[in-house]
Amino acid sequence: MAETPKAIIMDEIAISRAMTRIAHEILERNEGCDNLALVGIVTRGDLLAKELCDRIEEIEGVRLPLGSLDISFYRDDFGVSIAPEVHASRIPFDVDGKRIVLVDDVLYTGRTIRAALDALMDMGRPSRIELAVLVDRGHRELPICPDFVGKNVPSSHEENVRLYLKDVDGRSSVEITDVSQGSRAGSAPLGGDAR
Amino acid sequence: MALLLKGAHVVDPVAGIDGVLDVLIEGDRIARVGEALQADAEVRDLTGKYLVPGLVDMHVHLREPGFEHKGTIESETRAAAKGGMTGVCSMPNTNPVTDNGTVVEYVRACAERAGHCRVFPSGAMTKGLKGEIISEMGDMVAHGAVAFTDDGRGVQSAGMLRRCMDYGKMFGKVFMSHCQDEELVGDGQINEGPVSTRLGLAGWPAEGEELQVVRDIQIARLTGAKLHIQHISTARGIAAVRAAKAEGLPVTCEAAPHHLFLTDEAIDGTYDTRLKVNPPLRTAEDAAAVRAGVADGTVDAIVTDHAPHADWEKAREFEYAPFGMTGIECSLALVITNLVKPGVIDYARMVELMSVNPRRILGVDPVSIAAGSLADITVFDPDIAWTVGEDGYASKARNCGFDGVSVTGRATDVYVGGVATLVDGAVQ
Amino acid sequence: MSFNHKHLIDITEYSDTDIMTILETAKAFSAVNERAIKKVPTLKGKTIVNMFNEPSTRTRSSFELAEKRLSADSLNFGGSSTSTVKGESLIDTVMTLNSYKIDLVVVRDKHEGAPYIVTQHTPASVIDAGDGKHGHPTQALLDLYTIWERFGHLAGLKVGIVGDISHSRVCGSLIPALKIVGAEVTLVAPGTLIPANPEVLGADRVSFDLDDVLPELDVVYMLRIQRERLEGAPFPSLREYHMLFGLTEARERLMKPEAIVCHPGPINRGVELDSYMADHPERSVILDQVYAGICVRMAALYLLLGGADNGLAS
Repeated sequence: MAETPKAIIMDEIAISRAMTRIAHEILERNEGCDNLALVGIVTRGDLLAKELCDRIEEIEGVRLPLGSLDISFYRDDFGVSIAPEVHASRIPFDVDGKRIVLVDDVLYTGRTIRAALDALMDMGRPSRIELAVLVDRGHRELPICPDFVGKNVPSSHEENVRLYLKDVDGRSSVEITDVSQGSRAGSAPLGGDAR
Repeated sequence: MALLLKGAHVVDPVAGIDGVLDVLIEGDRIARVGEALQADAEVRDLTGKYLVPGLVDMHVHLREPGFEHKGTIESETRAAAKGGMTGVCSMPNTNPVTDNGTVVEYVRACAERAGHCRVFPSGAMTKGLKGEIISEMGDMVAHGAVAFTDDGRGVQSAGMLRRCMDYGKMFGKVFMSHCQDEELVGDGQINEGPVSTRLGLAGWPAEGEELQVVRDIQIARLTGAKLHIQHISTARGIAAVRAAKAEGLPVTCEAAPHHLFLTDEAIDGTYDTRLKVNPPLRTAEDAAAVRAGVADGTVDAIVTDHAPHADWEKAREFEYAPFGMTGIECSLALVITNLVKPGVIDYARMVELMSVNPRRILGVDPVSIAAGSLADITVFDPDIAWTVGEDGYASKARNCGFDGVSVTGRATDVYVGGVATLVDGAVQ
Repeated sequence: MSFNHKHLIDITEYSDTDIMTILETAKAFSAVNERAIKKVPTLKGKTIVNMFNEPSTRTRSSFELAEKRLSADSLNFGGSSTSTVKGESLIDTVMTLNSYKIDLVVVRDKHEGAPYIVTQHTPASVIDAGDGKHGHPTQALLDLYTIWERFGHLAGLKVGIVGDISHSRVCGSLIPALKIVGAEVTLVAPGTLIPANPEVLGADRVSFDLDDVLPELDVVYMLRIQRERLEGAPFPSLREYHMLFGLTEARERLMKPEAIVCHPGPINRGVELDSYMADHPERSVILDQVYAGICVRMAALYLLLGGADNGLAS
């Protein structure tokens, strides 16, 4: 069932600008690309991570190691619901000693990031992990704070804040919708709302 | 005091009766049969019901002595009365085996004490049902055995079967065959075919039964002894009996409701052990052939092979569960529902199958709705709709494969030798 | 996409999509199994009982490892000291286990239908780890996974299953599973080892001639000749069996270049296959099957135990 957006809070241009800024901030904070790697959380963070990787390559001329992380096996709500669609995590580099920027689309309760931190730790011992998100919508339930934020968006629990990307959804935008009855707050399903 | 049964529809093919008549019982005999009888007697109005010569189930496991945890002579003859039976033929696979006069005497004494129906004991053909030594047939006959059978496994050696028949034929009793070639059947659990393959259960091929049906007919021809094929379940078995009868051999056979109305397709991934019977439930084609045999006279008797087992014995892995289902409380209803109402047979044929023929095959006193006959009478209401098992069972066991099935028709009153054993559906 | 199963017993209750969900999930677990830390916290706090009423070291080890790598608490219950040996009924044993507050039971039993009986007496999920000659669904799934990994697809593949079909619990699940995913199945065995009406399982055809069938096959699935089940001698000698139905170096030339050899293990070298075929570096996927077993069992445990309704996730 398609959800009607209440508001579009970022359009394609806004997203692109934010991504460019985050790319610069990452380079600035880490003083270049040394020992740096990007890891995106599926199923939107991995696409953003690739985008950031491209931007950083444009800026610095260096292709950072890029990985994707599926946190299904680390979720704390396994007993409530599971996502039957599980993707293998692909971290094609040794995480030991790396500075890793974890990338996700929307930061909300922080539980996904908690799971992602555990998942990363099970792959080795990074020297440092930073967090980049396109949208921070507040309502944290865990002591987690992003290092790089595209936009802060105040929202209510009754709302979904979702990122859509051209490559998989046909449009790039961040939208607020009401949580439809019976569905969970969370990322938009790949390929649009039709399930 | 005399008893006047008024207004029932009497069906008795032997007496040639099919209509509403009154029946006067004096003592253990029928005194008069006629229209609008008047007598100084207790009167029971049976308007709307059918009155027939007392039903006899000639294949019943009473379990006593030895297996009282499954059922006792008291509990299983009570179930028989509930099902409308005036008599049953008990099987000899007790412990000790009914292979001598003492056990025959014991079974009869217990039955008499219970008083629910007549029990005609069958004795083992071979000692201990082992198929090795002829049992003391003469002794058993002297104490009231009516037939011989190694029911439960059958005599495996053709030579041994011949010796039993050649020896025992001097007593004039029928030899009843459980047909199962153990070598071929092995540890078969259900009919061999698509279902056994799907469920991974060892197959019990139809041929394992048919081999011995054919063999036993040959030996009946050879010895001249009377042969009765028990619980026939396959199309080719029926054909073999039909051919034997056409040849004029003294061969009869019986069929059970579960082989008439159930098929192996009923057994599914739930591995319902109530459906584990021996011989196994066969295919739809086999069941149709057995029903055709019932209709055309090839099948002489409908029996239940009533086989009570304790719950815990059946609530096990399929392979561990014992063979057999109970059925004596619903066989009349199943026959009415599935054979009479759809017009496959009429009530007169039903009476032959469930009363006249069993008595004839067993050689016990014939019963007819006529003056002078023993007053063994079954009264049933053909229109009572009920569900098998809805009120529990009179039997000690609950392993009825028809549990939950909707049926029409039920025995309401039964008289054995003029004594009421079932009144308005309540066992006396 | 949804996965609505509480138990894994009858593979025919699973759709093509369900099976592919399990295989895709298994692939994700394969990534975990390749890591230095081969463990995820997913089933933390779940209790799983491996009820093995007949011995099976391999299957039990595979389940046990899968459970441990998912952080479940697992308990092995069975072996020669089983209570069933002491006369306790299966049902009483299950009710005893219930008192341990268990979430899932893995059932291995020599009796067909035992896992179903267990489902009737426990609130826990049940996985059939082999019941008599009936089924062995996780074996079938690991076989599919192995084949899928090699070919990238399953539909249209020609699979030959060779050997003791009638006593094989693997076949009871594998043949229907292959049909569900669209493969073509040929059974090859002497008549004494083929069950009645094999078509009900999904077999497309039956052949007595391995040499005749071999050139068409993508997958040659060799079944173990179970010496313990050979009462009544269904063939005259192991030597003659090997001659007629053994997969040998000499027969390899009949195989398609890309064809692979599967075997559920443990293998009898010199009976169903010779060492050349068992150890063939390109064709033999026998050890891949063992590895796939862990991944597939992790996936099954994950999918059956996830969600609020004990597996009925949406």
